[in-house]
Amino acid sequence: MEEHLPDKSPMLLQYNPVHKKIPVLVHKGKPLAESLVIIEYIDEVWKHNPLLPQDPYHRAKARFWAKFADEKCVPAMFRAFSKVGEEQVQAAKELRENLKTLESALEGKQYFGGETIGFLDIAVGWIGCWARMNEEVAGVNMIDAEMIPLLSLWFQKFLELPIIQECLPPQDKLLAHNKEFHKMLMMAAALT
Amino acid sequence: MAEEVKLFAKWASPFSRRIEVALKLKGVEYEYIEEDLFNKSPALLNYNPVHKKVPVLVHNGKPIAESLVIMEYIDETWKHNPILPVDPFEKAMARFWAKFIDDKFWAIWPAAKKAMISGGEKEREEGIEEAQLHLKVLETQLKEKKFFGSERLGFVEITASLIVCIVVAQEAMGVEILTQDKFPALHELTQKFADDDVFKQCVPPREKHSAYFKALLGALAASK
Repeated sequence: MEEHLPDKSPMLLQYNPVHKKIPVLVHKGKPLAESLVIIEYIDEVWKHNPLLPQDPYHRAKARFWAKFADEKCVPAMFRAFSKVGEEQVQAAKELRENLKTLESALEGKQYFGGETIGFLDIAVGWIGCWARMNEEVAGVNMIDAEMIPLLSLWFQKFLELPIIQECLPPQDKLLAHNKEFHKMLMMAAALT
Repeated sequence: MAEEVKLFAKWASPFSRRIEVALKLKGVEYEYIEEDLFNKSPALLNYNPVHKKVPVLVHNGKPIAESLVIMEYIDETWKHNPILPVDPFEKAMARFWAKFIDDKFWAIWPAAKKAMISGGEKEREEGIEEAQLHLKVLETQLKEKKFFGSERLGFVEITASLIVCIVVAQEAMGVEILTQDKFPALHELTQKFADDDVFKQCVPPREKHSAYFKALLGALAASK
């Protein structure tokens, strides 16, 4: 169900009173929030085509890296998009370095999940899509193909997968949305 | 192959404490390795090159870092006395609340620290106010009994044991932040930890813990 932020539907606010954010999954009337929590729930309820590895150690590694991406890559990426000047430069540098660290989690595999995509691919794949699009909008290099050749290749392969293509928003619409968002952020930055 | 479990930890760190509680609840034997965070061992840097932090659990040579990730690993490897609920929805709720508590702690602790090391009245009041704002959110959620599924220590309770740190530190520095009158539910929770047999084994002796904060925060205050 599509939410039109910033106007949040009463249903959303009822289902996620703590954070008032999307995504929210409602299964048999019971709501769940926080995307990584939701993905693990989906994996545990619908047990075919497992997203997480079976072995506890590999599961721990997948969770570790998903947390790393969420805490070290995503905020830097948003700062590189929303800030200007030196702050933007530093944020982009931090992002590139943290993506380099994330690349080591591939361990020479095609996908984080091995031969096919898994939990970690799903958790971090969107970063590639978002960063690629917004490098241009924000005028800063986020994905440095020379610095992260393997991750760069993985981003590309991931985004080309038919199942991912089905889930991506229309790219022209997304680009227009991001351009508009960036304009608003720049206006706000100019006022402070 | 004989089981080899090592825990790289810091005695004063509540994040390390959480792992000890989980291991003890499961009855897992482990070797405790104290880390000096100003002089980190080559082993720690080798086992956690990304963050270079404690706690790190090493099970048969395989390292796991990040305390909530470690707790889940422990629960999945030693399946008796489950820490997480079995039902997928309840488990998801436990994960949600654990993340919530950890995120809130990182809003509360810097503000509390600011209050405890500040020289000026205004700065202290600001720190207290900010810390209490975030504590209020935890208090409200706790009061509505949303956290805890059962009476015994589970995933969310173990995660929430971070707050003991605030209580010990504030007492050591003579600043009132997490008070019983303002936060009765949180205060009751700290009592629950104090009375729990397993948790009692894992918490540092009060005087030693207090002295640690006095020294650490005192030094920070003096360097301002």
